[in-house]
Amino acid sequence: MIANAFLLALREIRNNLLRAGLTTLGIVIGVGAVIAMVTLGSGATKRVTADIASMGRNLLIAVPGQRRPGTLVAAPNFQVDDTMAIHRDIAGLAAVAPAVSRSAVAVAGNHNRTTQVTGTTNDFFTAREWPIMFGRNFSLAEDRSGKSVCILGETVRHELFGAQDPIGSRIRVDKVSCDVVGVLSPKGQSTFGQDQDDLLVMPLKTVQRRLAGNTDVNMIWMSVSRASETPRVKADVERLLRERRHVAAGAADDFQVSDMQEVTRMVETTTGILTAFLSAVAAVSLLVGGIGIMNVMLVSVTERTREIGIRLAIGARERDVLLQFLIEAVVMSALGGVLGIILGLAGSAAAASALKLPFVLRPEIVALAVAFSAGVGVAFGYFPARRAARLDPIEALRHE
Amino acid sequence: MTAAPLIQLRNVTKIYGTGEAAVAALAGIDLDIHDGEFVAVMGPSGSGKSTAMNILGCLDTPTGGSYHFRGADVGSLTRDQRALLRRYYIGFVFQGFNLLKRTTAQENLELPLVYRGVPKAERRAKAQQALEQVGLADRGHHTASELSGGQQQRVAIARALVSEPLVMFADEPTGNLDTAKSHEIMALLKSLNETRHLTIVLVTHEEDIAKYANRQVRFRDGYIESDSAKAVA
Repeated sequence: MIANAFLLALREIRNNLLRAGLTTLGIVIGVGAVIAMVTLGSGATKRVTADIASMGRNLLIAVPGQRRPGTLVAAPNFQVDDTMAIHRDIAGLAAVAPAVSRSAVAVAGNHNRTTQVTGTTNDFFTAREWPIMFGRNFSLAEDRSGKSVCILGETVRHELFGAQDPIGSRIRVDKVSCDVVGVLSPKGQSTFGQDQDDLLVMPLKTVQRRLAGNTDVNMIWMSVSRASETPRVKADVERLLRERRHVAAGAADDFQVSDMQEVTRMVETTTGILTAFLSAVAAVSLLVGGIGIMNVMLVSVTERTREIGIRLAIGARERDVLLQFLIEAVVMSALGGVLGIILGLAGSAAAASALKLPFVLRPEIVALAVAFSAGVGVAFGYFPARRAARLDPIEALRHE
Repeated sequence: MTAAPLIQLRNVTKIYGTGEAAVAALAGIDLDIHDGEFVAVMGPSGSGKSTAMNILGCLDTPTGGSYHFRGADVGSLTRDQRALLRRYYIGFVFQGFNLLKRTTAQENLELPLVYRGVPKAERRAKAQQALEQVGLADRGHHTASELSGGQQQRVAIARALVSEPLVMFADEPTGNLDTAKSHEIMALLKSLNETRHLTIVLVTHEEDIAKYANRQVRFRDGYIESDSAKAVA
């Protein structure tokens, strides 16, 4: 009986293909939009988290200053001693790199480039998981005595040297001349559109003495050995820095230690909320689609009153007629759902490749969409089907 | 006629409307129909013959009185139970044929069997058999709208036959057909009554159509005016 009703429903849909198509359009768009939103949202989350991970896994970053809603209250910079204390006193850190950054103009021959000059130690490359592509990193002597040597980011290398080999060349950074000893491997753009390769790295002491003229450190990069220890290490760093910076008990930190895992979670939460919100908006069109199905089913019941009369006369019970029309509505909306899934996946695959996002298929969402669209068929098909089932056979047979 | 009647109406009334506007379509009918009878129900329009037909066919329920179908009290059945009674024991033939228009003759015939849960292969065979009985063996794959009026009515008769009912109700089966086709259809009903002993109740207002039946029951103003079976007795 159910198999028959199913075939009957398919035939009825085939007979009224245009009408059925237009009716299910709402469901197609609704399901398609939900699928596309969720798929693209998942892709965006994956992309952002991958980008954050590319900054260095298990990364902790300490910066001076106090974040208040909307502002950053300035606070004294760190000192090299602080990083040495962290290195000495806190267990579980693979690398601790003090860093000082400032803008400077790098000149090689007749090419120049305004870039970010970072003074730091070899630990910087470790913490940020950033290998040297050509040449070498700083020698112990260069690091200790603040020699005038530098390592170029890919963008700077390209701007200053083009096709030439930069290793061993002498360039000028503001007033300081220095030798190029290495080139960093390219990292590409960050999530926020920043060119991560637009930098020039020198030993910390070189920048402090020759460019900054002080011993300040304005950022500390740290890499935790084991991811699971991140919260403990972070708390230790915070306690140590409070102590060294004489922050009174109960007062807020005058510095900030950010944990990349935390940032990742934050981003995931944000994109998750956004995805859910957009999907909810898309789901409204499912509701509208359901109303469309109800409308067409009501018209169909009126048109087929005589058929219903015939069926009742030859022995169809109320439930037989109810089932027939209900299955018709469900088949129609489920077909719309399947079409919507195909459309949504195809659309999001195209959009993902256009936006250079990874394509993340969420099977559970696809299953949910099918179930939901069939559910819409049941919910909105029930009323017309019941109306059909309750017709008086004599009246129905008389209907023209 | 000693056996219990197939159909037994006792003081059956049907009243439409209430209070002052009430109209009695049937004012108290007593009627027995036995197995194998071919009964013509006659009368002018408004005489109550169609109302009686709907009640006999279990499509409608009487306002008063009792209706027993092979001893079962139809008045006490629910809507669904009456549907089952129609499904298993009753066949209908209508004036307007009432076939499903865009559906083939074969599928129209299979419909009552679908509701009876008959397996597909058996449905096919039975439908083909019924088509042969009405002389349309080669028309199974035509849709109703591709067939002539006479052919459509033959398909409708085949549909009433295919489920092997106890009784066939034919409501003005020749009303939409010309004279030649009408007599063909009546000859078919007559032969079904004689060869298969199928009980047939026919509603008509034409004398020469009613003559095919063995018994004529005349309605007037909601009463039975005359019954040829009783006149003979």
